[in-house]
Amino acid sequence: MASAAAALRHLALGARLAPHGRNAGAPLQRLQQRRGLRLSAPAAIQVTVRDALNQALDEELERDERVFLLGEEVAQYDGAYKISRGLWKKYGDKRVIDTPISEMGFAGIAVGAAMAGLRPVCEFMTFNFSMQAIDQVINSAAKTCYMSAGSIAVPIVFRGPNGASAGVAAQHSQCFAAWYGHCPGLKVVSPWSSEDAKGLLKAAIRDDNPVVMLESELLYGVPFEMSEQAQSKEFVVPIGKAKIEKQGTHVTLVAHSRPVGHCLEAAAVLSKEGVECEVINLRTIRPMDIETVEASVVKTNHLVTVEGGWPQFGVGAEICARIMEGPAFNYLDAPAVRVTGADVPMPYAKILEDNSIPQVKDIVFAVKKALNI
Amino acid sequence: MRKMLLAALSRILQGPAAAGRTASRVMVASRNYGDFASEATFEIKKCDLHRLEAGPGTTAVMTREEGLQYYKTMQTIRRMELKSDQLYKQKIIRGFCHLYDGQEACCVGIEAAIKPTDHVITAYRAHGFTYTRGVPVREILAELTGRKGGCAKGKGGSMHMYTKNFYGGNGIVGAQVPLGAGIALACKYFGKNEICLALYGDGAANQGQIFETYNMAALWKLPCIFVCENNRYGMGTSVERAAASTDYYKRGYFIPGLRVDGMDILCVREAVKFAAEYCRSGNGPLVMELQTYRYHGHSMSDPGISYRTREEIQEVRSKSDPITLLKDRMVNNNLASVEELKEIDVAVRKEIEEAAQFATTDPEPPLEELGYHIYFNEPPFEVRGPNQWIKYKSVS
Repeated sequence: MASAAAALRHLALGARLAPHGRNAGAPLQRLQQRRGLRLSAPAAIQVTVRDALNQALDEELERDERVFLLGEEVAQYDGAYKISRGLWKKYGDKRVIDTPISEMGFAGIAVGAAMAGLRPVCEFMTFNFSMQAIDQVINSAAKTCYMSAGSIAVPIVFRGPNGASAGVAAQHSQCFAAWYGHCPGLKVVSPWSSEDAKGLLKAAIRDDNPVVMLESELLYGVPFEMSEQAQSKEFVVPIGKAKIEKQGTHVTLVAHSRPVGHCLEAAAVLSKEGVECEVINLRTIRPMDIETVEASVVKTNHLVTVEGGWPQFGVGAEICARIMEGPAFNYLDAPAVRVTGADVPMPYAKILEDNSIPQVKDIVFAVKKALNI
Repeated sequence: MRKMLLAALSRILQGPAAAGRTASRVMVASRNYGDFASEATFEIKKCDLHRLEAGPGTTAVMTREEGLQYYKTMQTIRRMELKSDQLYKQKIIRGFCHLYDGQEACCVGIEAAIKPTDHVITAYRAHGFTYTRGVPVREILAELTGRKGGCAKGKGGSMHMYTKNFYGGNGIVGAQVPLGAGIALACKYFGKNEICLALYGDGAANQGQIFETYNMAALWKLPCIFVCENNRYGMGTSVERAAASTDYYKRGYFIPGLRVDGMDILCVREAVKFAAEYCRSGNGPLVMELQTYRYHGHSMSDPGISYRTREEIQEVRSKSDPITLLKDRMVNNNLASVEELKEIDVAVRKEIEEAAQFATTDPEPPLEELGYHIYFNEPPFEVRGPNQWIKYKSVS
């Protein structure tokens, strides 16, 4: 009975997935959805990052028949993290392919398929396993357009969860933003919200270049508001453009992925103390939108970078170096401050793990240090 | 003496239309281009088979045209590689240079058996394939010398040459094999009855990613021919010292395989025809081992005699040289004359000289283009140089 009602609701909505997640839609929205009519202005709905990614994959698989998904458990298991739920059932064996546990092999196969005109989405169960295949990502995918003087394109997306999870210990918790962000020829994106996830994945799939999309396992189940515009099948977030999540005047906080949320929480805490933070969601690691950061620093005169990865040679280090080299340096009233993961392989015990990633209190402390308050 | 008389008579008796005629009548008194056989049948070595009930036949038919074309192509590659050797020693070619002389029958035999719409990918000993897949000699040499007229505009060099349906030229040993299976996946996906040949050497054959690829190619029945060019040495390590099993054609285990005499172009051609037919019929992949030999060392920085004897090299040259084998077959079976083949040699040398001339005089790529082609189909953007003030434009 419940499934029949759900099916009817699904029909009324058109192809849109019924939202589910902790705050699954206000009553008014649900009423609107049941009727399939617009009673008032278009409403935003709550969508989890997982569902946003699923929508993006579904829409792009439908839009372009050269797009296909491959990886471990993506088909019949519905995805190790259920990102590809329902897609194999809808599109079949040709478009959604389960691979054996052979990262180097299937990543190479995916790159070759892209060279020959397909548009693969290659899932790494986590980016930790991408290290097995990193030669294919860098030497075969990233560099080929340049080496061939533009005659061979590699329109591939490598995606999967990156960075810290919960209790998965050192070998399963590494952040690869700095490693992949280092290499010319790649584009590297790191979404935070559902809008980021959907828009960036769609942009990545439509991009004719190799894109590494670093998701966060801890964000998959988190619902975010998605505007009407973001729900459209043509909604794409441009790669290479940061987003200012919150305007502020006293300090610029720059982050990517899950730490963006921590920055907003820290901003809320600091706001009560009269410090207004401007929070920038990088969205793209490479090519990095340093101009947005610069413009913000010119305004606020203080910079704090926040990331989950290790400090040495990290994303924050790059931001600091570029700010120093650019016009914003003269507007800094204090040295830039970095908040990062602790410089240790990720430990297991909860107290140790909690203190190995940047917490809200660490960001607040860093801001106060930067502002000397 | 007899040859001179016949040649003289031939010149007298040749009419203006003689060059194009392929009539098979034989005249004793003179040798005319029209007097050659139009084709001949040759015995070729039987292939060793793995998990195959039947393999390629033991005879091959070659027409005069085919023979002349194979001869010219192999000779062009031979002279191109020798010219590269020369240019490298003059320091006009830099970096890595892995030469293919000795192995010509492999790439020419393969090309003779497949279609231009089929796909080929190989490793770094790629100049021969770059030529057979359609890149002119001058563009290959100019790429080696790093000039803007090179097939990759000087951006790639020896190991990174590409053209339509030829995906290089790959520097990382073994990485091209999964790529080749991916190309085969695309062939199957698009359903245009195309196949992919993924080549690798005896050294690369021990790479783990190749076994991962065998597994997936067999599972998914990809139309991929895995071709191992076994030239007996992976750099300086002989096959006996590198491989617990040197039966490379059996390494695919569950994938059928065949071992082929890679010095005999007809053997290669027939084997690849067989394999192509097999793959196109939806049977999945095949492994093919071509037993071949390289006269040069692994690369130009390897003299190639510390791990093998000069006698061995000389023996292969005198008994198994692919060009000599073809030449003898053609002459002994009345498909061509020695003079005719010599004329081809002269024409080839001339072509190579002109190409080398181009490759040494063409300008280097303009510095302004250093940042070009980082991305494909991308609006222009700025690329950082060695310091923050040096900026290059990147255009796709």
